[in-house]
Amino acid sequence: MLDFIITFLLSLIVYLFLVASTGEIAGLWSIFEIILGIILSIIVSIIATKVLFQKRSYRMLNPLRWVIFLIYLIGPFFFAMAKANIDVAYRVITGRINPGIVKISPGLKTDLGITMLADSITLTPGTLSVDIDEKNNDLYIHWINVTTLKPTTYHICANFPHWIRRITE
Amino acid sequence: MGILLAILYIFLGIGVIFNCLGSIGLLRFPDVYTRLHASTKATTFGSIFTSFAVIIYSFSRWNVSGDSKFVVLALHAIVALICLIITNPTGAHAIARAAHRSGVMPKQAVIDQLKEAKLE
Repeated sequence: MLDFIITFLLSLIVYLFLVASTGEIAGLWSIFEIILGIILSIIVSIIATKVLFQKRSYRMLNPLRWVIFLIYLIGPFFFAMAKANIDVAYRVITGRINPGIVKISPGLKTDLGITMLADSITLTPGTLSVDIDEKNNDLYIHWINVTTLKPTTYHICANFPHWIRRITE
Repeated sequence: MGILLAILYIFLGIGVIFNCLGSIGLLRFPDVYTRLHASTKATTFGSIFTSFAVIIYSFSRWNVSGDSKFVVLALHAIVALICLIITNPTGAHAIARAAHRSGVMPKQAVIDQLKEAKLE
């Protein structure tokens, strides 16, 4: 039941976010939109509850984790992303590449954590996640400028695993 | 409005430059993986900055005129930005994985540990 209520509230918030404009309630919504939003959210949550809570872990409901996530996005992640783009721009202009696929073992346990790390890696310096070994969550990374044949996690993604472990585990 | 306009032009300029570099990278790089580097990173970064420009513009217009259609514009730009940040790396990962599984090997590669590992 808790799963259903959380899914319902999330989809209602997203709906209200999308239709916000002048109306009677709080200056943003009309009654019609809210009723329609509630009906649609009930339909969506009947369908999507099982998808959202596959493993019945409620860890991400803690607001502190979302605060850390925001700090991570604005701080180290955005900085690394800016650096990555200047790096790629340099390689586009000069054409100097030294590509290869390497393996790293970040040691994250949850699905959400490994997804977040793979997405972060794809958006940051010269790296693109290609495949995952689902047995022990090793990632295979396409690296545009291989500097060492035995890379550690720090070479690929700095201290992102620490941040993500704090967010998701 | 003077400083704001300058910020808007700087953001749009950064966005256009990085999108342009992404497109040039698509033409210059040798194989699918390096092309994905150019097309995901550069275009995501560029689109983030153009979306920021839209958000700042619409909030400033809303501040001046009080017309709620600018709020709608800003909110929709924020939603588009979030979706872009989530879907762009996911799509790139899907393309790279599909390419490697269907036998497209990286050109000029110095090392390929995925080929050695033999998953599947």
